[in-house]
Amino acid sequence: MEYEPVIGLEVHLQLSTRTKVFCGCSTLFGQSANSQTCPVCLGLPGSLPKLNAEAFRYAIKVALALGCEVQRFVKFDRKNYYYPDLPKNFQITQFDKPVAFNGEVILAYKDAPKMIRIKRVHLEEDAGKLIHEAAGAFSLVDYNRTGMPLLEIVTEPDIASPGEAYDYLVSLKAMISYLGVSDCDMEKGSLRCDANISMRPRGTSGLGVKVELKNMNSFKNVRAALEYEAARQAKALISGEKISQETRLWDVDKESTASMRSKEEAHDYRYFPEPDLVPLVIEKDTIEDIRREIPELPAAKAARFAADLKLSEYDAGVLVSDSRTAGFFEETIKLCGKPKAAANWITGGMMAEANERGVGIGGLGVTPQGLAGLIDMIEKGAISGKMAKDVLTEAIKTKKDPAAIVGSKGLSQISDASALEPIIKSVVEKNAKSVGDYRNGKLNALGYLVGQVMKETGGKANPALVNELLKKIIERV
Amino acid sequence: MMGKFYESTAHSLREELAGNKASASGILTDILQRINAVDSEIKAYVRVSETAAKKAVSSLPTGASAGSLAGIPIALKDNLCVKNEETTCASRILKGFKPPYDATVVKKLKDAGAVLVGKTNMDEFAFGSSCETSCYGPTSNPHDTSRIPGGSSGGSAAAVASGTAVMALGSDTGGSIRQPAAMCGVVGLKPTYGRVSRYGLIAFASSLDQIGPITKDVEDSSLLLNVIAGHDEMDSTSVTEKDMPAGCYMPASDYRQFLKKDVKGLRIGVPKEYFGSGIDPDVLKSVNDAIAVFEKLGASVDRSLSLPHTEYAVSTYYIIGPAEASSNLARFDGVGYGFRADQAKDIIDMYTKTRSMGFGDEAKRRILLGTYSLASGYYDAYYLKALKVRTKIREDFVEAFKKVDCIVAPTTPTAAFRIGEKTKDPLSMYMSDVFTIPANLAGIPAISIPCGFTKEALPVGLQILAPAFREDVIFRAAYTYEQNTEWHLRRASI
Repeated sequence: MEYEPVIGLEVHLQLSTRTKVFCGCSTLFGQSANSQTCPVCLGLPGSLPKLNAEAFRYAIKVALALGCEVQRFVKFDRKNYYYPDLPKNFQITQFDKPVAFNGEVILAYKDAPKMIRIKRVHLEEDAGKLIHEAAGAFSLVDYNRTGMPLLEIVTEPDIASPGEAYDYLVSLKAMISYLGVSDCDMEKGSLRCDANISMRPRGTSGLGVKVELKNMNSFKNVRAALEYEAARQAKALISGEKISQETRLWDVDKESTASMRSKEEAHDYRYFPEPDLVPLVIEKDTIEDIRREIPELPAAKAARFAADLKLSEYDAGVLVSDSRTAGFFEETIKLCGKPKAAANWITGGMMAEANERGVGIGGLGVTPQGLAGLIDMIEKGAISGKMAKDVLTEAIKTKKDPAAIVGSKGLSQISDASALEPIIKSVVEKNAKSVGDYRNGKLNALGYLVGQVMKETGGKANPALVNELLKKIIERV
Repeated sequence: MMGKFYESTAHSLREELAGNKASASGILTDILQRINAVDSEIKAYVRVSETAAKKAVSSLPTGASAGSLAGIPIALKDNLCVKNEETTCASRILKGFKPPYDATVVKKLKDAGAVLVGKTNMDEFAFGSSCETSCYGPTSNPHDTSRIPGGSSGGSAAAVASGTAVMALGSDTGGSIRQPAAMCGVVGLKPTYGRVSRYGLIAFASSLDQIGPITKDVEDSSLLLNVIAGHDEMDSTSVTEKDMPAGCYMPASDYRQFLKKDVKGLRIGVPKEYFGSGIDPDVLKSVNDAIAVFEKLGASVDRSLSLPHTEYAVSTYYIIGPAEASSNLARFDGVGYGFRADQAKDIIDMYTKTRSMGFGDEAKRRILLGTYSLASGYYDAYYLKALKVRTKIREDFVEAFKKVDCIVAPTTPTAAFRIGEKTKDPLSMYMSDVFTIPANLAGIPAISIPCGFTKEALPVGLQILAPAFREDVIFRAAYTYEQNTEWHLRRASI
C-alpha cells in the first residue's frame, strides 16, 4: 500500500512593534541580557499586563490579509506550564476566542493552484531564552525576549507534501513582508515553524496518528524534517507498526527526528480566561480602517506584472516574493520604463548576489536610479551588455553609481561613426586577404574583421555599428 | 504638644495639623511609641519602617502643597508592593523579596503625604479568615488578645483598632477587609471592583481582589478612598469614566460630599438568606437593632428581599478563587526572587522543594483545589459551572437593586473566635466569609461598620452593600448610622 502525508503547520511570527505586547519595554534585538525588562515582563508579583494596541492592530492586519474572519469578541487566556524561561509560569495567549478564524493561502501552481486553509490566528507573548553554561551546573535566563508579541498562524491539515509546506512558508513570508509587521527572519527567530504530520493510504480521506515536529530553523529544514518523517512513518506503517502520537525534534546535524515526549507526557495546560485583561469588542470601523492600510499583496501584484508589464509568470513570481524586491523593481521601471530589462537584471543577478550576502536587494548598494541609468545606457548604445555586467559588479563592490563608474573608467562605448571610420579603414587596409575572402562569399570573414576593430578600440567600439560601417567601407572600396 | 494622637481619626488630626495643634513628627512619635507599647502583644505589624517613616515626615512639604493625607501615619497590608522594602504576603516563599516598584495605591499615598509606618500581618497570600496562616504567626484581636482579629487583613484591622496606625489599607477577595474590620470594631470598605487600581497588589484571585481602606470611622474611609481611587492605565480592569454607568459618580470625585446625615426615603433591603441559622444571637440582635435605627431615621425597610443564589456563593468562591490563585502563585518557583530551596538535583526538584518548603498548608490546599478544578476533563464541571453561578449571583443583586437602594446584613455570622479554634476545620473557617463573599462575586461595593458588641464585649459589624459604583449610597447610609450611634467611638481595651 502507498501512503501519503497529511501536514498542518503552526507558524509563530514575532511582530515588529516598538514595544512588547503587554508592557512598554523595547523589542530591540541583540541587546545585553535582561536589559529590556520591567516588572511586567519579568512577571514580578503585583504586576499586571496591558495590551499593546499596535500589536493588536498588526494581528488584525495579518488576519485580514489572510482572508480571515476577524472576530468581534476577542479575549485572552492563560496557558499554564512550568518552565524557567516563562517567569509567570503561564503564558498569556488566546484559547477559544482568538483574533480570527478561517482564512486561506493560495499556492499559485500553474496547472492547479492549491488552497491551504488557515484555521486560526491568535496573539500571544513570547518566552525568554535559556543559556546553558558549559559546565552544566546551572543555566541562565535572558528575559529580553519575554513578552515579545507573537502571532500564531495555524493551518488546517491541507498540505499534501513537504514541498507544499515549503511553498506555503515562502508564500506566507512574502505576504507578511508586504504588511511590514514582522522581519520574518527564521535565523533571528522572528519566524518559527512547527509541523504536524500523519500518513494515510493514498487516495483515502481519513486522518492517521499525528506527530508534531519541532526545532526546524529554516524553511529548507522544515521540508527536510517532513521528508524524513514521511519516509519514517510510511516505512513503519508498511511493516505493520503503529505510529505513536508524540512530539519529535529535528536534528539538523543527523538529518533525522527523535522523540521528545509522548502523548502521555503532554502537558495539561489548564487554560482559563486571563482575569487581568478585559475581553475586547472590535468595532467594524476599526476592522475597515485596518483593511485600508493593507497594500497590494504579492498574488495580486504578480498577476498585474504578468498582465500589464508582459513579464513571464516565473519572473513576476520571483519579483513579488519579497516586498523590497518588488518595490525596487517598480521604482526602477518608473525611472527607465523597461520592465523586461529591469526584471532580467534583478532576477538574473542582483537577487542571487543579495541572497549570497544575506541582505535585501536594497542592501547591495545599487539604487533603482543606478539600475535604471544602466539600462538607459544600454538602450542608447552607450555601453554593451557585457560592459554593463562588469559595471554592475563594480557598482556592487564599490557602492558607486553605475553612471559614475562608466564615466570615470572611460568605459563609454564608441558609437560615433566618425571616430570609428579611420580605425575601420586602417583594419581593412591591413587585412586585404580577409576582405577578399568576404567579397568572395566567405561571410564569416567579417567576424574576424570586427574582432580586429574591437581589439584596436580596446573593446569599446559599438559592435553593431562596427558591423554596419565595415560592410559599407568594404563595398565602397 | 504630645497627646493621645493614636486614638484620633485622620480627619481630626488633619484639623489639628491645620490649626498647628499637632505636628507630623509629633503624631509619628506618638504612633511609634504606641507600637512599642502594645504591638509585641498584638503583633499587627510584620515590619515597622521607622527610618523611612521619619524621613517621610522630615521631607513633607508644608502649606498649600501638602497632600490631603500629609503627616497621617498609615499601615499597609504586606501584599502591597513598596519600592525597595520587603513585601512577603506573610509567606516564607517571598522572604527577602524587595519589589523594584511601588504599587499604584502606594505611590498615590506617598504623593498625598501619607507616612507609611510599616507592613501588617495577614493570612498567607490572603488565604484565610483569621490571620493564622501567616508565616509570622497569628495577630491578636485588640479587644481580646486570646482571639483572632479576623482575616486576611487582620494585621491592618488590628493596627487601626489598637491605635498603632491611624488608617490602613487592606485587600478584600472574599471579605478580607470587612470581616476583620467587623471583628476589630473598625470600618472596612471594599470598593466596587475596578474602582481602585490593583497594580502592585500581589494577586490572590484577580477577578475578585480589591484594595480598600480600614479606618476608625466613615469619614476617614471616604478620605482614604479619595486618594486611592481612580483609573490607572497600568491596570486594564480599573474603570475609566466611560465605563461608569449613568447616575454614578466619577472616579475623581471628593467622596466626602456624600457624608450626609440623612436616610429619609432611603430604601433598605434586608435579604432573608442572610438571617438564617448559624448566626450568633448577639450578632443577630445588634444587626436587628441597627436596622431599627435606620427605620427610626426615616429609611424604609424591605424584609422580604431575596437573593436566592446566596447559598451557592461559598462553593462558587472556592472554585473561582483557588483556580485563579493556582495560576497567580505559579510564579513563585525559586528562579528569579524570594525563597529557593538548596541542593536541588534539577529544575523540577528545585521547583518541588522550593514550593513544598515555601508555602504553608492553606496555600498548598488552595493551589491543589484550583489546579484540580482547571484540569482538562474537570473544567466544565467546576470552573465553567462556577462562572455561570457567579453570573446568577450577580443577577440576584441587579434584581434586588431594582427594589432597594442598598442592602444591610451582618458582616459575619459570629464575633471573633479564639486563636486555634477553627484551624483544624477549614470548612468551618470558610463559612465565616459566607456573608461577605457575594459582594466580591458580584463586584459590588460593601462596607462593614461597628454596630454593637456581644455579651463578651466583642465587636459586631454591620454590612451595607450597594450597586456597582454607588459608594455614595454606602457612605450616606453608613455615615448617618454612625453619627446617630456611638459604637465607633468605643476603643479597644488594650
